[in-house]
Amino acid sequence: MITLIDGLSLGSIYALIALGYTMVYGIAKMLNFAHGDIIMVGAYAIYVAMSFANPNPVIALISSIIVCTLLGVFVEKFAYKPLRGASPLAVLITAIGVSYFLQSVAQIVFGSQPKPVSGWKLPKIEFLNQFGITTGAVVTLIAGILIMVALTLFINITRTGSAMLAVSEDKGAAKLMGINVNKIITITFAIGSALASFASMFYLLQIPNAEPTLGAMPGIKAFTAAVIGGIGSIPGAMLGGMVLGVIEKICLSIEVISPYTTAIEFSLLILILLVKPTGFLGRTTKEKV
Amino acid sequence: MGKITSNVKNEFKLKYLINYCLVLVLLLVGMVMMFTGGLKMSFARLLTQIGFSIILAVSLNLVVGFLGELSLGHAGFMCIGAYIGGFCANALSNYIGSKFLVLLITMIIGGVIASVFGFVIGLPSLRLKGDYLAIVTLAFGEIVRNIFKNQKAFGGAMGLSTGPIQYDTRNNMSLYIITFVIALIMLFVTQNLIRSKHGRAITAIRDNEIAAKAMGINVTFYKLLAFIVAAFFAGVAGVIYAHYTTPVSYTFFSYNYSIEILVMVVLGGMGNITGSIIAATLISCVNFFLQSRLSGDLAALRYLIYALVLIFIIIFGNAPALRPFKEKYGISALSEKIKKLFKKKKPFDPAAVKEDEGSWDRIPTKIDMDAILSTDINPEISGEQENADKKND
Repeated sequence: MITLIDGLSLGSIYALIALGYTMVYGIAKMLNFAHGDIIMVGAYAIYVAMSFANPNPVIALISSIIVCTLLGVFVEKFAYKPLRGASPLAVLITAIGVSYFLQSVAQIVFGSQPKPVSGWKLPKIEFLNQFGITTGAVVTLIAGILIMVALTLFINITRTGSAMLAVSEDKGAAKLMGINVNKIITITFAIGSALASFASMFYLLQIPNAEPTLGAMPGIKAFTAAVIGGIGSIPGAMLGGMVLGVIEKICLSIEVISPYTTAIEFSLLILILLVKPTGFLGRTTKEKV
Repeated sequence: MGKITSNVKNEFKLKYLINYCLVLVLLLVGMVMMFTGGLKMSFARLLTQIGFSIILAVSLNLVVGFLGELSLGHAGFMCIGAYIGGFCANALSNYIGSKFLVLLITMIIGGVIASVFGFVIGLPSLRLKGDYLAIVTLAFGEIVRNIFKNQKAFGGAMGLSTGPIQYDTRNNMSLYIITFVIALIMLFVTQNLIRSKHGRAITAIRDNEIAAKAMGINVTFYKLLAFIVAAFFAGVAGVIYAHYTTPVSYTFFSYNYSIEILVMVVLGGMGNITGSIIAATLISCVNFFLQSRLSGDLAALRYLIYALVLIFIIIFGNAPALRPFKEKYGISALSEKIKKLFKKKKPFDPAAVKEDEGSWDRIPTKIDMDAILSTDINPEISGEQENADKKND
């Protein structure tokens, strides 16, 4: 039971990151390798905000959201926009370059030693805490689900949301319909990066250390989650994230296989890609010349 | 026709000879320094590092540049080679006295086992492309690391100790010679592969997989071939690494190292072997000199440089908006201009132009054909006929 709750709360972190991947992939048709590192930058933003005299988690979160959103838009404008229409290989290599760039800048500025982020004051929930379920896990789980519901509503109800759907369906046709494709892609990056800052907040709730390589592993695992759920699908990202989180926690709780958790997760990724490349909730597309 | 093919062949030979020469020059630099007694241990180690970087970069270029698939797991193959090779060498050194023989045998073992994994990783490439395949190769590298990290037989988290089989000693620094000889063999294999019809099939798959399939190219076979050859040489480089340093640690073969090899390939130009060799040499030297000078967190400055190199080279090379700029000022345009300067202008010789022989410098399009068909072949005759027609009127 504790493992399950822990798994679900870890899963909702993965799901939040996976949402960023899946939205960008669905709309810009590119794998934003730097997404995990935007989480890392968000974590450092929280660290800086919290290290001021009067730490307030809400202010920290808001500053982190602003930093991440600006960074996401900035990266999109300078690194990805010039390559629109270029080969996918070129875009992917650039994304890797951006990821590398953010990591090394963080290391030069903040050092490779992990920076402890403390000063959270979470209320204790007596009823749950006596079973060993931490408040952080509960907050993460609930907030994660709320954010996903809000995002789904945003996509399906607002005009911008339907424009995003249209762009992901067919860029050319969307352009003909008078949708500003570049603007929509920028908005997608902004939303994805804002979600990343939430993910960094929840990540710090569980592991209160900010370090330059913080984003790399969760980033790749979240991509695994996005693939498991079917890339380009928002419910798929949620489902995949939850599944991966639970699997990870279960693996970690069994002593014999716990050292191999990473190997098991990535083998799962390879297996799913081999058997069903579109994931659980993805759509199949035909390849054309 | 015959003339054209022979021209192409000559140009190719020159292009490939340059690569052998580059490696030979590096080898000779080491040899000359060794015989004059000026070869220091650190420089010999740098040469070895350059050697296996060249092997890694050229073999990755086979997958990224010629097959057109992004592999982020090249360090994974190297990891397999290093661990398996180091393990076997440790065991063999008890029975075989000659270090050279041990190195040779383990190279074959490590290479073959790495290429078996290359086959396994090549399999998903039949169904997956682009981003997905990149992620699979990345995942593969992480899986390999994770497994070796937890094997007690391979030293666990401490890494595999390969102290007894270290090749270079204070009196005998010859690992770089073997490394460069292996690099030459690798160049021979890859370049002949690329020149052959198999190589053309591989580049055809890169340019358009469906079209290649339609032309009857066995896509399965060639994709696997490229992956297997690349994995084999990465494994061999891993075995060299096991003889080069101790302990063989799983931390070295992280995703960052795969990216470093990728930077060599991209910096040198995807699909350009000469470029890979130069870039591998350059980056190994930069690593070598920066490693001793930058300490602590400033070591990340190196990665910052790599990241910027990756981003700028790709954006400059691929951005659609920069294309006209590049055509004017790019390297290829510049080299064309230089070539023009050196080319002698031949005086026009009307006798050399045969009238009836249509010479095409490009394939005629429909517009050309329309233009040809609409012009009068013999205007005088047709003019007379017109006049005659008018008279009749």
